[in-house]
Amino acid sequence: MHSEETNQVQVQPVDKEKVKKIWKVAGILALVTAIEFVFAFTMAAGVPRTSIFIALTIVKAFYIVGEFMHLKHEVKVLIWSILIPMIFVVWMLIAFIYEGGSLYDARF
Amino acid sequence: MSSTAHTIDQPKRSIWDGGQSPLKASYGKLMMWFFLLSDAFTFSALLVTYGMIRFAHPAYTGSVESFTFSQDYWPIPEKVFEAVPFLHGVELPLVFVGIMTFILILSSVTMVLAVEAGHRMDRKGVEKWMLWTIIGGLTFLGCQAWEWSHFITGTGGGGASLSWNEYGPPDFAALFFFITGFHGTHVLSGVVLNFIIYYNTITGVYDKRGHYEMVEKVGLYWHFVDLVWVFVFTFFYLV
Repeated sequence: MHSEETNQVQVQPVDKEKVKKIWKVAGILALVTAIEFVFAFTMAAGVPRTSIFIALTIVKAFYIVGEFMHLKHEVKVLIWSILIPMIFVVWMLIAFIYEGGSLYDARF
Repeated sequence: MSSTAHTIDQPKRSIWDGGQSPLKASYGKLMMWFFLLSDAFTFSALLVTYGMIRFAHPAYTGSVESFTFSQDYWPIPEKVFEAVPFLHGVELPLVFVGIMTFILILSSVTMVLAVEAGHRMDRKGVEKWMLWTIIGGLTFLGCQAWEWSHFITGTGGGGASLSWNEYGPPDFAALFFFITGFHGTHVLSGVVLNFIIYYNTITGVYDKRGHYEMVEKVGLYWHFVDLVWVFVFTFFYLV
C-alpha cells in the first residue's frame, strides 16, 4: 500500500468558494440549533413552543437535504420523487396525534 | 437533418425513451435515494408513534423547578438528560446531547468535504475528510453508549429497563431505547460503510475507477443518519 506508484490522476485545485459555502451551511445549522436551545430554556412548554421547534427543525432539514445531500441541485423529477411521498408522513402525523388525544380522553 | 427534399420524420424522442439517465443520476445513486425514502418512513413511523403515545399520557403542568419524577405524568426532558461525563453531580440540562448533536453535524460537514474532494479526484483530501467523518461517527457512538449506560443506571431511583423506569411512565424508557437504538444502529452501519469506502480510497480503487461516486453514495446515507438525529433530538430532547 505504498503511495509511490505512478498516479496518472489529475487532481484539480480546491475551489475556495465551494468550501466556504459548505462551512457557511454548517454555521447556519449550528446557529439554528443554538436558537432552538434558547427557546428550550426561555419559553414555556406548550403548542407554540413545539411549533417553533418543528419549524426550525424543518429549516435544518431543508439545508441538510438540499445542500449537503445536494437534492436542491438535482433534476426536478428526482426532487419531487422524494418529496411527494412524504405527504404520507404528514397524514400519519395528523392521524396518529389525533388518535393519541382520543386515547387520553378514553383513559383519563 | 438533410437539406434535400427527403421528408422522413424522426420520431420525437423523450428522455424516457431509453439509453440515458432521465433523472441525471446513476442507478446506484437513485437506489440509495429510494432506500433513504423508505428508511425515512421507518423513522417517521417511530417518531409519530412517540408523539401519539406521549400525547396519550398526562403532561406535567407545574413549574420546571419543582419537577419530580413520577409515573403519573410524562417527564420533562431537560430534567432527565442533565448529566455530562466526568462531571458527576453537576446539573447541566441538555448540554451533553447538544455536544452529541454538534459532533454528528460536524461529521456530516466533513463528509460533504470528502465528497467535494472526490469531485476533484483529490485522493488525499478524500482520505483526510473520510477519516474525520469516521472519527466523528465513532465519537457519537461512544457518547450514545455513555448516555444509555447513565440512563439505565439512573440517579438513585432504580434506573430504567424496557418495562419500568424511574423517570416516568414505562413507555418513556421503552421509546427512548427503541428510537435512539434504531438510530444508533444506523450510525454504526454508517461507520462500517464509511470505513469500507475509506479503505477502498486508500488502496486506490476509486482512482482506478475514475470517479469517487461511491463516496457520494455513502455520503447520502451518512447525511440521512444526521437528518434523523436532528428530528430525534427535537422530539425527544426539546419538546
